[in-house]
Order: sequence, then structure tokens, then C-alpha cells
Amino acid sequence: MATTTRTVEVELATQTIGADGALRRMPLTADQHGVVMPMDLAPGTEPDMGSERMLINIGPQHPATHGVLRLVLELDGETVIRCVPHIGYLHCGFEKIGEYRQYNQIIPWTDREDYLNSMGNNVAYALGAERLFGIEITPRCTVLRVIAMELSRIISHLVWLGTTAIDMGAFTPFLWTFQERETVYNLWESWVGARLTTSATRIGGMAADLPAGWIDGLKGFLRSLPKTLDETDRMLTKNGIWVGRTIGLGVMTASEAINYGLSGPMLRASGVAYDVRKDFPYLDYDTYDFDIAVGTKGDVYDRYLVRMEEMRQSVRIIEQALERLPDGPINVDDPRVILPPKIKATSEMESMIHHFKLVMEGPRPPVGECYVATESPKGEKGYYLVSDGTSKPVRWRIRPPAFVNLSAISKMAEGHLLSDVIAINASIDIVMGEIDR
Amino acid sequence: MGLTPASSVSRVAYDPPAQEGWVTTRLEFLVNWGRANSLWPMPFGTACCAIEFMATAASRFDLARFGMERMSFSPRQADVLICAGRVPFKLAPVIRRIYEQMPQPKWVISMGACASSGGMFDNYAVVQGIDTIIPVDVYVPGCPPRPEALIYGIMMLQDKVRQQRSLSNDTQYDELTIDPTSHLYIPASRIDELSEPFGNSVHQTRSAP
Amino acid sequence: MTVVLPGAALPSSTPDPVTPRGLPNRGGEVNPSVEALRAQFGAAVKRHEVTWGETGVWVDPTRIREIVLWLRDEPTQQYDYLVDITAVEHRDAEAPLEMVWHLRSLPYRRFLRIKSALDPAATLEVASIEPVYKSANWLEREVFDMFGITFTGHSDLRRILMWEGYAEGFPLRKDFPLRGRFSRSEQLSQALSANPDARYSMEELSVADAFHELPADMRERLLREQGHG
Repeated sequence: MATTTRTVEVELATQTIGADGALRRMPLTADQHGVVMPMDLAPGTEPDMGSERMLINIGPQHPATHGVLRLVLELDGETVIRCVPHIGYLHCGFEKIGEYRQYNQIIPWTDREDYLNSMGNNVAYALGAERLFGIEITPRCTVLRVIAMELSRIISHLVWLGTTAIDMGAFTPFLWTFQERETVYNLWESWVGARLTTSATRIGGMAADLPAGWIDGLKGFLRSLPKTLDETDRMLTKNGIWVGRTIGLGVMTASEAINYGLSGPMLRASGVAYDVRKDFPYLDYDTYDFDIAVGTKGDVYDRYLVRMEEMRQSVRIIEQALERLPDGPINVDDPRVILPPKIKATSEMESMIHHFKLVMEGPRPPVGECYVATESPKGEKGYYLVSDGTSKPVRWRIRPPAFVNLSAISKMAEGHLLSDVIAINASIDIVMGEIDR
Repeated sequence: MGLTPASSVSRVAYDPPAQEGWVTTRLEFLVNWGRANSLWPMPFGTACCAIEFMATAASRFDLARFGMERMSFSPRQADVLICAGRVPFKLAPVIRRIYEQMPQPKWVISMGACASSGGMFDNYAVVQGIDTIIPVDVYVPGCPPRPEALIYGIMMLQDKVRQQRSLSNDTQYDELTIDPTSHLYIPASRIDELSEPFGNSVHQTRSAP
Repeated sequence: MTVVLPGAALPSSTPDPVTPRGLPNRGGEVNPSVEALRAQFGAAVKRHEVTWGETGVWVDPTRIREIVLWLRDEPTQQYDYLVDITAVEHRDAEAPLEMVWHLRSLPYRRFLRIKSALDPAATLEVASIEPVYKSANWLEREVFDMFGITFTGHSDLRRILMWEGYAEGFPLRKDFPLRGRFSRSEQLSQALSANPDARYSMEELSVADAFHELPADMRERLLREQGHG
């Protein structure tokens, strides 16, 4: 017996001609037995099927908000009409407490604000403070800081990649990226003693010099990372689900992106080739040979591609830095800021007094102010320091790239679906520690 | 056969090994073993400790060996609230609410220095220890604590869970409401005065403010 | 597909930027925009200073919006990128409270710091530059939250980092103690009574048409907080 199949179209409403001659959709309802029938309406009333809007709240505790972010969405069905972000749930008074700490004591604080880029923040702050003091660091320190910043960029993008993939349902890249981060954690732990919150710099130098064998460990990482990136690339870049969920979402044109103050991969994905390392260089980045990735459409997919490429470029920069790493002292020879070696401080009276003064009172810069911007994985990260000649700054301002980038989410999420909001939020790469400070 | 109903037990002469039967103790052991080995964590991750928590859940340190890989982001299905990170005052009602939404039995691990005591954030914005808001079972110090340290704390919690008297009528999780008429009650302003020399108060003087 | 390149307005013979070295504490090359500002706005531009290679120019706070608008739209200036808005209160009680705007010109690769002195004893008020740069929205809200400076013409000036009923004051002012004005237990009870459910702004509630359905005390508190901002 041949079986025939017939497609049955189920309509959610019947169509009738209304009193004014126009085609109207009559809403359907079901009685207590599940029998479908037209909804009874008072004559003259218009069935109001889809016009009731919902106000829903995502967060502040939510797995996909990347921290304690609260998004209030006005939804029409599943389409977002308006998105209002609320922040401040991780505001911990960093800038206030910076006014009560010496310049070197602020360094552990820089770890904790953008905790995914802790070495990058340490270096950025040290650059700002050293400019305020008028100190030039040694060549070895310059190259080591480049290595630290680029490694920091890689591991921040690895977290971004893992968590974004997990937000969109791809669980495995999270495990791959975190395994790569463990290699870098080992390196950092052997260098400065901490995995995540490194406090690696000091005014005028670094906390410690490289231990033996560190460079070989780094070279091993540089060999294994591209393989992981290729694996993740194979899994995601041409994946139908990934592309379908990211293409065309959250588009920001170049002029919009500039006016909204976006920076970093968000800005470059919109087609603006602004990278602080190229346009306002620091740490001799102008002498390194690297490219910056620029996108075409400014959507979530472009931001993904930009960050993937940035990781590969960072590997290139680190390889060049390793080739040119000079020997020599890591700290500048300036007694105003650098502590004497421990063995002298415990045996010579002069050194002991010097050590005492520097630790108890702290180094004092001349009166002035400066703003030094660096390219953090999130964007333009700068520290604005104002000094009145005492050992504690008058004002320590953190220019937070993720804060300014997040303010554009209202613009980016409007008109998209609810699940797209999660994808767009993930593409901004927010770190609430930096946003709320 | 040795099974004595709880109502006939005198509270003064409560001797568990004599009063309880073998079945009850075995059942209690089974329940506790099940609970300890499948604690579903509710990661209340705010800051850097959340990243170390994620690293603990990732392949190198692997929380799945403890039965904890199933992160429950809904408090309704969670056993243990792991507060990983600093909690500012704006977030305090949120964590309170989430704790209240968790069903019994529930435990709390305060991960990191900031959750345990406010950490390095002794300022206007941060709660000086989540134990001022919710009851904490295990404190894991560190800034951030290494994954091994967090696992040590989790194992301590597992020990605690294994020793609980889960089948008795006494639930250990009832929170006492403050009775202002009790002779033990000390008003908050008096506590502030008393603790002034030891910190917490806004009037303390230190050489490094 | 056109890529926007920074430095596009500079002549093609301009060398690529290099890492600055040996910057002096005071003095050095002045940003040419200062001269142009003086020519355009005259007395509104008070003085300038070059510190560590960065030019800072003090302007009259009442004319900040037109100055910034001119800097953005003028073809010889093209300061299209707002980097940051912040304020600085000095430890000296006599010193004014300074508003600071950091601007960048991507086509010319320039950086300019604009400052305005406000009298801390008077009402702290300055024009909002949100109509010029959208990024000013949140940056100005933060300065309002931390310093209490009101930005006239801002579309939605309310607290952003602290919660909307925060009663202790403006944290980054120098007269605000590090640990806050209230005792710890008072801070905690105030924080816990700030019901997170009610943390919707008036704008959001009017959208949901739900304002009239709220309990009376919540309505009252929201209306009161509208006053605080």
C-alpha cells in the first residue's frame, strides 16, 4: 500500500474580510478540550495580537553577561525594541583608593581592574607613571614589556574566544583556550609569582627578571598556540551555525564607531584602522613589523575575525621581540625610584635609609599630569595621572575602553532578536572590573 | 530493633550512637555521600576569582572529578553558592536574593580575599565580607586563590557535608531572625562603637588611610 | 570597501609616528590647534601649557559646547574622537575643580587636552557635549556620579556606578572620606534596602506602562529619586 504524505499548513489565525473591507486576521484560541476556534471579540475591537511589549531583565547574575552586567530589554515578541544597560554592580572605588596609595602601590590595583589583561595594565600604568616621573626605561625592560603586553593580549583574546563560543553553544573551544592559558599561567608564575594578578611592573622597571628556561617555555607556547587557533578556526569560522549567529549582527558603521568612541577590535572591525600601537606608538612598537586586522562590515563576525587575526599578529611580535631581547639591567639606575639591592639594604646604612624612605614615603614625581594610552585587547586603555609633587597622585583616572564600547550596546542591539543580544554583548568583550572600576 | 522515634528522645541525654539504628546511619551516610559528591555549584562570579574558578572548571584542574561540572546558574537548582570575587554594596541585595532563592540544603563558599573580608578594597563601595550578608561555610583565602586552593576548600566543604546529620529533625540551616527585645541584642551603632579600634568603622585612624 | 585611515589629513610626506623619547616636563612643541582656537574664540581660550609632550588648553566653561563642536567640524582640526571626560579636584582647597576633556584627531593624529576651571563652592554645572559625541553620554554620567557636576543638556543624567538612591554623596570629591560617610552597618542596611527589583529608571517603566501598577511607596521613591538624578 502506497503511503501518501500531505503537508498540512497550520495557520495561527484565520483570515476574514472585516467591516471596512480590509483583510483582517482573526485570532484563534482553544477551548478547554483543545478545540481551536475563533476568539470572540466585541464588535469594533481590533485584535491586539502582538502589540504588548515585555520588559525583561537579564542579569546582573547571568551566565552570559560576562560579569555583573544588567540589561533591561523592551521586547516586542522576540525583537528587541530597546536595550538599556545598567552597570555599577562591580564598582569598587579604584580611582578613589588610588589617591591614597603611592605610585608603586597602585600597581596591584591595575591588575584587578581589567583582570584578563593584568600584565598589559601593569605596563600601561607603569608607562604613564614613568612619563610623569620623566624616567626612560632600559632597553631590556622595553622589549620585555612588549612581550608581556602581547602575551596578555593573547590570553585575553583566548578568554574572549572561549566564553563567546560557550555563549553561542560551542562548549569545546572553551576547554582548548583555557588549556592554552594554563601554559601562559605557568610562564607568568615562574616569572613574577602569580598566575592571574601579576603586578609585574614597578616604576622604572619590572618586579623581577626572567628566570632561566623561561624563553624556552615561551617558545614552546608560541609553537602550540597557532595549532590551537587553527583548530578553533576549523571549528568555527566556516561553521554554519556560527556564521548564521554572527553575521549581520550589531553593525556599526565607521563614522558611528568613531563618534561612539569605540576602540580596539570593535573599531577596527568597522573599518577604521586605528591602533594605538601604530598611531601613537610606545615601547618602540613602530620598530616591529606587524599588521593590524581591519574588518569590512562591523558586525559580530568581523569582530571575531579581527580578534583571531590579532592573536596571530601578537605571536609575530613576540617572535621579533625574542630575537632582539638584549641583555642588561632590567631596572633603570635611578635611586629616586628604584630600591637598592636587598643585600646592600641589609648591610649598608645608606642603602637602608634609602630603602626605608622609598618604601615608607614612596617616590615623588614633579608636579604635572600626563595621559598615556596603550592598545589593550579591549581598546584604547589609558591612565591619566595628575601629580602635585607628593608621593600619592591627586587623580588617577582609568580610561576604560570596555566602558565606552559597552555604551554602544543600546544602538547595536535594537532591532535584533533576544538571542542576538547575547552574541552582540559577547562581541564587545567586556570586563566589568574595568567598566565599573 | 533499636529504632527509636525521635519524639521519645530526651534532649538532655541525646546520644546518637545509642539512639539511632544501623539503617538510619547507613541511610544518612548514603544521603551525605550523594550530596557531597555531586554538589552543583552556583558560580556567583564577579571578578578575577571568577576567572580562576573557570580555570578550575577547565581541563587542567577539572571540577568534574568532584561532580561539580554542572554549573547551575539558576539558584533554584544549586547546592553551593560560590561567591568568587568582590561584592560591592550595589550587588549586595542581589546576592542576598540569590541565596534566599536557593532551596535547602545549601552551602556557601566564599572564594577569595574580597568575598571573605573585603580584600584590598577597604573603601566606600565594597562589602567587607559576604558573611555580613549571607552565612558562609568555607572561606578560601587568596587573591585570587589558586585552583588547588579552591579545590581544597571544596574538599573541606565535602567533609562538612559528609558529617551532617541530614535525617534528623534539626535543620542546621534555619537562619535566626534578630530579636531586638532579647537581652543578647546589641544595636548596630553600638557594635560600630565597640569595633572602632579594630577596623570596620569609618572613624578609624591609620597611618595609611 | 573603504578603510578609514588615521593620518589621512596629513601630507603624505609626513613620517610615521615614533615612540616619543626625552619629553620635557614643561615646554616643547605646542599643538597647532591652540593657535587656531585662539583665532576663532579669542578670550574664551584662557591659557595653554605643554606638559610631557601633551598640550592642555584652559577654556571658558560656558562655551565648551561650541568650542568642541567647532573642533570636530572644522576641516583643519577634525577632532572626531572623544577619548575621555573626567574631572580633577586638587587637594588644595583654594584650587578650582577642573573639568578635563581629552580629544583626538584621527585624521591629523593629534591629541588635545581641554580643561575648564569650576569653582567648587558654587553650583557645579557645565554644558554637556553629548550632542557632539555620543560617547559623552556615559562618560558625563560617570563624572556626575563621582563629582556631582551637572551637565546641562544631557539626555539622561542619572547615576551610573552607584545606585540611584545613593545618599552618601559624591565619592571622588576630596571631602568624601575613603570609607564613606556612614558606618559599615548603615551602608549595608541602605544597600540591602535598595531593592534591585525597583532598579528601573522612569524611562523604562513608562515604556512598560507599569508605573501606575507599582506600589505606592515605590512610586514615591522613584519620583523622589528623579530629583536626585
